[in-house]
Amino acid sequence: MAKRERSQTPPFGGLFVAHARIMTADDMGRAIRRMAHEVIERNQGLEDVVVVGLQTGGVPVAERLVDALEDIEGISTPLGSLDVALYRDDIGLRPVVPEAVTDLPSDIDGRIIVLVDDVLFTGRTIRAALDAVCDYGRPRSVQLAVVVDRGHRELPIRPDYVGKNLPTRRDEVVDVHAAGVDLGMMQK
Amino acid sequence: MASARPVPSRHLLGIDGMSRDDLEEILDLTDTFAEVGRRTIPKVPALRGRTVASLFFENSTRTRLSFETAARRLSADTMIFTSGSSSLSKGESLRDTVEVIGSYGADAIVVRHAMAGTAHRLAGWTDAAVINAGDGCHEHPTQALLDCYTLREARGGLDGMRIGIVGDIRHSRVARSNVLAFTLLGAEVLLIAPPTLLPPSTEGWPVTVTHDLDASLPDLDACYLLRLQRERISEGLIPSIREYAADFGLDARRASRLPDDALILHPGPTNLGVELTSEVAADHRSLILDQVANGVSLRMAVLFLLLGSGRELVPDGVRDELPDEEAPGP
Repeated sequence: MAKRERSQTPPFGGLFVAHARIMTADDMGRAIRRMAHEVIERNQGLEDVVVVGLQTGGVPVAERLVDALEDIEGISTPLGSLDVALYRDDIGLRPVVPEAVTDLPSDIDGRIIVLVDDVLFTGRTIRAALDAVCDYGRPRSVQLAVVVDRGHRELPIRPDYVGKNLPTRRDEVVDVHAAGVDLGMMQK
Repeated sequence: MASARPVPSRHLLGIDGMSRDDLEEILDLTDTFAEVGRRTIPKVPALRGRTVASLFFENSTRTRLSFETAARRLSADTMIFTSGSSSLSKGESLRDTVEVIGSYGADAIVVRHAMAGTAHRLAGWTDAAVINAGDGCHEHPTQALLDCYTLREARGGLDGMRIGIVGDIRHSRVARSNVLAFTLLGAEVLLIAPPTLLPPSTEGWPVTVTHDLDASLPDLDACYLLRLQRERISEGLIPSIREYAADFGLDARRASRLPDDALILHPGPTNLGVELTSEVAADHRSLILDQVANGVSLRMAVLFLLLGSGRELVPDGVRDELPDEEAPGP
C-alpha cells in the first residue's frame, strides 16, 4: 500500500504487522461484486454513473468495481481518480504531499459520482473528497463505496455501499491489498 | 515520490546546496499544480489561512505576479510590499521592514533585492520561510526550476542534453542558478558570451566556455538566451547594443543553424531585436510562453512544499497524538 500513508500512521514509517486475515481475496471479490449489484440496483442501471477512486488506496478497488459493473451490465463505466491531499484539514499537522494524479472525466455536472475508497475511518478523507468534487462541477449525487468500514467516525459521513463492517480499536490498522484484508498494528 | 525525506531547508535561497532529488521532488509536485491550473476553478484550499508576503526592491512583472497568482490559487492571503511606496524613503532599514512584515503574520517572504545575499540574510532574521526571487547577480532559484520543468516537459528529462546559455552571463542570477540546476539534472552546459560579459572567473563551474555563437548552434539541444541587463551594464562592456545583437542575437538566420528539434528559451523580459528577434520568439521551437505559464505551477509547488506539506512543522511528540488515517500498511 502507499508509502505516503504508511509514513503518516503512528509510529510513522514503522512496520505493519498483521494479526488477523479479515477477508480473503475471494471474500473481497465477492464483496466488490455484491457492491456492483447494489450500485446498479440503487441507480436503476448505470446511466450517468461515474466511478472515482480516491488516491491511492481507492484506485485499485475502483478499477475492480468498474470491471464488475461491466461484467454484470456489459457497459463500460467511466473511471476517474481523485487526490484529496490539497483539500485535507490536517495540512500542517502531518506530512501531506500529493503524489498521485487527479483525473476526472471531463464533465461531472449532473452525473452520479460513486466515490470509492479502501477503508472508511474518521471520514476526513471523504469530507476532503466532497470539497474536491464540488470544485470540478455539480454532480447530481455523490455516493460512497468502501471495502471496509472500521468505525470511529469524526464527521457525519456514512457509506452507501460497504464490503464489510469491521469493529476495530482506534490504534489498530486495516490494510486492504490484492490478496485480501488484514487487521494489524504498526510496530516501531 | 519519497515522502518521508524532508526538504533540507525550510527556505528556498538558491539552487546551490540542493540535490538532484530535491529538484526532482519539486518538479514532480509541479505536475500536480499544473493540473489545478487547468481546472475551471483553478483554486485549492491547501494554504488557507497562510500569508505570503512579497518584498520586491527591484522591478518585476513575471516573478511577482506569478508568486501572487500561485499564492492565491492555493488560497493563501497575500501581502505586497514595493520599495517605491513604503517607508524605505523615510529611512526604514531592511531589518525593520522584515520585522514589521513578520509581526503582521507572514508565513513566507518572497524577496527580490539588488544585493546578493539578501535572502540569506533575511532567513536569519525571521521565522517565516524565505524564498529568494532574485538577489543581485547571485541566484534566482525559482526561475531555474521553472526552466528545468519546461525543458523536462518538452523532452522528458534533461539527462544528456547540451544546453547553451547565451549572453550577459556576468550580470545574470538566472545563469548562475541555471548552470547549477541544469548540470544537477544531467545536462551539459555551454556558456556563450563575449569575454567582457563573462564572470571574472568560471573556474569550478561545470561548464564549457566559448565566444562563438555561430559555431556552437548546430550542436545545441536547447538555446537559453539571457536578457542584456542594460541597467547593470555601466562600464562600456559592449561596444554598442547593435554590435552585441550582430554577434550574439538570435535572428532567423542563426535560428536556422539550430537543429530542427532544438528548443529556444528566454527568462523574460525580452529585448526584442537584441537577444532575439520577434520572429525567433514566435518560432515553433520557442518555449518562452510555456516558461511563463509554468512559472505559476512551479511557484505553487514551492509554496506548498515550504508552507503546506507539514514536513518540518510537526514535532515528534505531537505526531503520536494524531489519529491515524485510512488504510496504511506494507
